[in-house]
Amino acid sequence: MGWSTKLKLPNPGLDERILSHAQLEKLEVEEAGERPKWDNKAQYMLTCVGFCVGLGNVWRFPYLCQSHGGGAFMIPFLILLVLEGIPLLHLEFAIGQRLRKGSMDVWRTINPYMMGVGLASMCVSLLVSLYYNTIIAWVLWYFFNSFQEPLPWSQCPVNANRSGTTKQVWECERSSPVDYFWYRKTLNITTDIDQTGGLQWWMVLCLISAWAVLYVCCIRGIETTGKAVYVTSTLPYVVLTIFLIRGLTLKGSVSGLVFLFTPDLNELANPATWLDAGAQVFYSFSLAFGGLISFSSYNSIHNNCEQDAVIISIINAFTSVFAATVIYTIIGFRATQRFDDCLGGNILTLLNTFDLPEGNITESNYDLALESLNATNPDIVNRLNLQTCDLNTFLTEGVEGTGLAFIVFTEAITKMPLAPLWSVLFFVMLFCLGLSSMFGNIEGVLTPLQDLKIFPKSWTKEAISGVTCLLCCCIGLIFVQGSGNYWLALFDSFAGSIPLLITGFCEMVGVVYVYGMDSRFNEDLVFMIGHKPNIFWQATWRVISPLIMLVIFLFYFVTTISKEFFYIAWDPESAKFPTLEQKPYPTWIYVIIFILAGIPSLAVPGAAIFRALWKRCSVGEESDSVHCIKNSLLI
Amino acid sequence: MWTVWTVWMVWMVCLVPTTSEALCTEDDGYKVRLSIKTALGGDAYEWNESEMFFFKATLAFAMRTYSGGEQYDVSNILVCDETLRVSFVFVVTKPSNTSELVPRTEVENAIKKSRHRINSAFLLTDQTLDFVGINPTLAAPIQYDTPPWLIAFGVVMGLVCAGIVALLVSTFLNKKRSKKSADEEEAGRGNGILCESIRGKDGLFNQGLVDDDRLTKL
Repeated sequence: MGWSTKLKLPNPGLDERILSHAQLEKLEVEEAGERPKWDNKAQYMLTCVGFCVGLGNVWRFPYLCQSHGGGAFMIPFLILLVLEGIPLLHLEFAIGQRLRKGSMDVWRTINPYMMGVGLASMCVSLLVSLYYNTIIAWVLWYFFNSFQEPLPWSQCPVNANRSGTTKQVWECERSSPVDYFWYRKTLNITTDIDQTGGLQWWMVLCLISAWAVLYVCCIRGIETTGKAVYVTSTLPYVVLTIFLIRGLTLKGSVSGLVFLFTPDLNELANPATWLDAGAQVFYSFSLAFGGLISFSSYNSIHNNCEQDAVIISIINAFTSVFAATVIYTIIGFRATQRFDDCLGGNILTLLNTFDLPEGNITESNYDLALESLNATNPDIVNRLNLQTCDLNTFLTEGVEGTGLAFIVFTEAITKMPLAPLWSVLFFVMLFCLGLSSMFGNIEGVLTPLQDLKIFPKSWTKEAISGVTCLLCCCIGLIFVQGSGNYWLALFDSFAGSIPLLITGFCEMVGVVYVYGMDSRFNEDLVFMIGHKPNIFWQATWRVISPLIMLVIFLFYFVTTISKEFFYIAWDPESAKFPTLEQKPYPTWIYVIIFILAGIPSLAVPGAAIFRALWKRCSVGEESDSVHCIKNSLLI
Repeated sequence: MWTVWTVWMVWMVCLVPTTSEALCTEDDGYKVRLSIKTALGGDAYEWNESEMFFFKATLAFAMRTYSGGEQYDVSNILVCDETLRVSFVFVVTKPSNTSELVPRTEVENAIKKSRHRINSAFLLTDQTLDFVGINPTLAAPIQYDTPPWLIAFGVVMGLVCAGIVALLVSTFLNKKRSKKSADEEEAGRGNGILCESIRGKDGLFNQGLVDDDRLTKL
């Protein structure tokens, strides 16, 4: 056959490790086996959609869209979605459904030397879970604080001086109420990563509540998670729709949409656009975490995983675009408000200085009036230091990541009527988005832990998930110190990027070339879904997707190690305050970075090497084996 | 006689304004700016002589309130430098001696005390009725006994803990129940065949045999 490739790595003993098709059919019919099952297809789909659709769809994709040529960004995004996202997703679903094992056991089954891939997945899921739940804790803090009018971030706190005059707190006055509430009242951030600042008790409470909510939803595995996703996966869409309707009725929303979607086709020539699109597709699908493999292993054997992969990809892409639209209506509103305030301030200054009647200078004739005044009294006008008001500047301000959710959006909410209601809705939506992603992350931790048999067999599921959540909560206390935000940014850049790309690449290569495409995977798919995957799947699995992943990985690796290591800090003492200041990382950070990115990545070859040594040395006695391994390592 | 009177009148008419003009300076008084159109939009009223009279009366009221009854009158409020912006400078003279000015600080305190009344009289706010140099007293944020966020936190944590306890208890009960039925199954296993598998099959159901099995463990 044209596409059959002779490239297949030797894999002895594979048949002994996996169930044959006949055995699987028997298992299915008798409904025997201890493996948990989904109550219905809807639960499975909602869980996968919830895992894929997360905070990144709301606060990363709109920013990428806007900064890489607006509507034109859709082109690389959709192309890479089809060539990279969907094939990988189908692959993970199919292999999980076929082998019916968690992410660790799947790789151990395919080939014991590939166990490192499972270990890497577990490590990454663990590290990401730690900091992701802290973001949920922040969301909970804002949610708890939304039940008051006026919202606490709408005005600066006021000090009364001894002379009886009142003054706003200095830090707040210099920056803004929303900045002050985020950096001081929420994070109580220190000036650099060296100073820990101690634990912030209010954030510790929120962190505990975040882990407690996660525990109650994951307490019995998919039995409880499957019920929780009915709410957590559907509520965000309801809220987004409400916000869309609200947003479109606000002044200035259309300018936000125009700004977002105006295509700039020149951006397509920029390789960074394609790189960012590829990375966004990869991370947005939560691939290589191991959670998706676990989820699909609970399916019935004849579930149509091909259809599932396509449907979930389409839903994910649609959600990204939908969320971007909603976000930018609100951002357009806020930018227009800021622009109006800026212009209004300038007009007032001019009217006051030249004692002109009100209504002489309006927004429409501002430029003409300014010109004529500048012509007649240039020195006076210069001394006024009028701000330049540019709508585009306001539209591009801080619109990604936590800055979008906790600073820009919260400010926009304070300007809307019935602000507490919108605040509650928004943070409930963020909470649901984050929690449903956490289900997948924690699944990627719990299932491998059970596969590795770290916990005694007598422990129940509730105990295992309880102990895991408790340990993660305790380690997560790093992120609720004063310097917690800097640690979180560090984890986000290094734990969740390079190792995932390596693991994803190894997954593809492992299934296609180690497990075997021709005689095995294709036959499995015929058995499961009834037809052989067509030429699109063959081409993408064998060549195109691994190649794309390799390119993205190389680019990422090169850019990461070649760039300077800076972090941005909130430093009231700095000259550029309130702009965040760039500071270099201290030298001991490199150890941490190695732990975060290096250990999961090195686990892939490391486990293989360890196993090779163990096999070579396990002929003799136990003590001989240890000596043997030591000697081999010293060579 | 008549000429003397006219000369004196002319002198008075010319001198008094100049005296009051001499008194009315921005250093000794305060500049006021009104932004009526900004505040009221379509409902904005025209600024005219009557409004100015009202303003003087309001200021006189403020001075009376602050000084505790001293008879300030409209004539004690001197206004100058009126512009189309609707801004002007005013000074306050003492009721006892119209050529002496009330110190700035007193005027400032009087205005601060009655600021809200002055604003309301003109349907304006601290920003739209601007006394240049007198900063508005910022309202202190509401102080709560228990912060509202703690209440919300308590509610959520209460629900979550109740959920955890309920699930753990139900697991425990399920385990006990399944252990009990496993014990019953053990007792009912005669010669290795479950009673349940015999029931419903062809053959008579011998009640006596079942009871015996319970008592005599084979």
